[in-house]
Amino acid sequence: MKRLLITLCLAWLTLPATADLVIHKEKSLYRNIIVNQTAGKRCLVFSVKRELRNQTCIDTRDPDRIIFPYVKMTFAGLLANATPKRALMIGLGGGTISNVLIDVFPELEIDLVEVDRAVVKVAREYFDFVENERTQVHVVDGRVFTRRAVANGEKYDLIILDALTGEYIPEHLMTLEFMEEVASLLTDEGVVVSNTFEGSALYDYESATYEAAFGPFLNLKMPHTGNRVIVATRSTLPDNQTLTENARMLQPRFDKYDLVLEDYVARFDRTPDWNPGTRALTDQYSPANLLRSRTR
Amino acid sequence: MPSKEFLFNMTVFSLAFTSGFIIMSIELLGGRILAPYFGSSIYVWGSVITVFMVALSVGYLTGGHLSLHQPRLAKYGFFFLTAAVTAVPTILYGENMMDWVFMRIEDPRYGSLVAATLLFFIPTAILGMIAPYSVRLLVQETHYSGKVAGGLYFVSTLGSALGTLLTSFYLVLLFEINEILTTMATVLIVCFFIALITDRTLTPEDHR
Repeated sequence: MKRLLITLCLAWLTLPATADLVIHKEKSLYRNIIVNQTAGKRCLVFSVKRELRNQTCIDTRDPDRIIFPYVKMTFAGLLANATPKRALMIGLGGGTISNVLIDVFPELEIDLVEVDRAVVKVAREYFDFVENERTQVHVVDGRVFTRRAVANGEKYDLIILDALTGEYIPEHLMTLEFMEEVASLLTDEGVVVSNTFEGSALYDYESATYEAAFGPFLNLKMPHTGNRVIVATRSTLPDNQTLTENARMLQPRFDKYDLVLEDYVARFDRTPDWNPGTRALTDQYSPANLLRSRTR
Repeated sequence: MPSKEFLFNMTVFSLAFTSGFIIMSIELLGGRILAPYFGSSIYVWGSVITVFMVALSVGYLTGGHLSLHQPRLAKYGFFFLTAAVTAVPTILYGENMMDWVFMRIEDPRYGSLVAATLLFFIPTAILGMIAPYSVRLLVQETHYSGKVAGGLYFVSTLGSALGTLLTSFYLVLLFEINEILTTMATVLIVCFFIALITDRTLTPEDHR
């Protein structure tokens, strides 16, 4: 009995050291936002469900350390266009990707589109989101922004789609019509990099949609992460030699982020691995959230 | 053999159920239809719900007025036909209308409100006329008017609940939006013929 009591006391004493400390909590129009702090790690959490938690994390002791594989995978998209001058990013998160981009490309101008004002605020207050004369934040729905940008004849060298949170998919940002708008916003050398997931029936539909909009694309999956990054271009896809050359050219700028870009070249899959008969998602048919709850 | 009056009443209840089903199915698809132009934020739903509520209230008022003048099941059927016909431009030219609004109104809140009005106001208002007119067709004695109205709200709201559930759980997974809308319009036309035929065969003497 005594032993049990001591064990319980010890367990209780060690609890606060390992548990997440919630340093900010707010209910926005779109979701519950929580900022957690553990020893040296601060995370933005959109859902309280265990398996779908962190949107982004930073290492507060080493801010240049990129914690999440999908963030690193996003930068692999730069191998398809290593000299972007103007970028568009849909979905801000903690602003990590934007921070790295404006650091490694001193000339890059970037439009950041985030539908949730509260996410922008949290990125500023808790995630060292860097803003300067080269960044512009637009608090608006991604689809509304792209449609307006198409009407205004805007062009981007790099478009990053990072609006899927894992708990809810904005279905109007998954359709062929949206992808066609994105494609028409790209310059001739432009590249779109999309952060998404694998492991549900949605995989086939999403792949079919990207293929219908862009033709063949680069498919990047890392084992055990569940993450998937799609890299598509308006013109023909660069061959592996070009990807390698770009990786070597960019590498010195990414050394401090502990990221070896060339490793990704061999990981890009060019062969379709989805069910070839799958229909593309359209504005008329896009039950993405229902499909995501189904297994492949 | 059920009485003519029973069959007459059942027809009115069934048609009211169908209109309740279709109203909510279209309302739910409304948010989906507007999303590619105005996003899927809370204000888009605010626009859709506002337009449907205002349209229904106008419909209730008008339907009530129309029920004063020689109410007939055949006239009632024309609400269904007119709703179907006025939904056709939404199906065929919805995108053009939203494009037109999008290019003229920058703020997606007002854009979605105007677009929802253009797309859904008229067919919804006409569907709204069905409820009060149904009450008039069913009520024979003022003593029972509350009971009849209660039964009618019960049936048509249950239809709305089913329309919401089936559309959001299953129909969007099986069909394209325009396929669902076209089917709804076709069902409304079928309702028109049912009303017409029932009027010819079953209208009780005191309704003639």
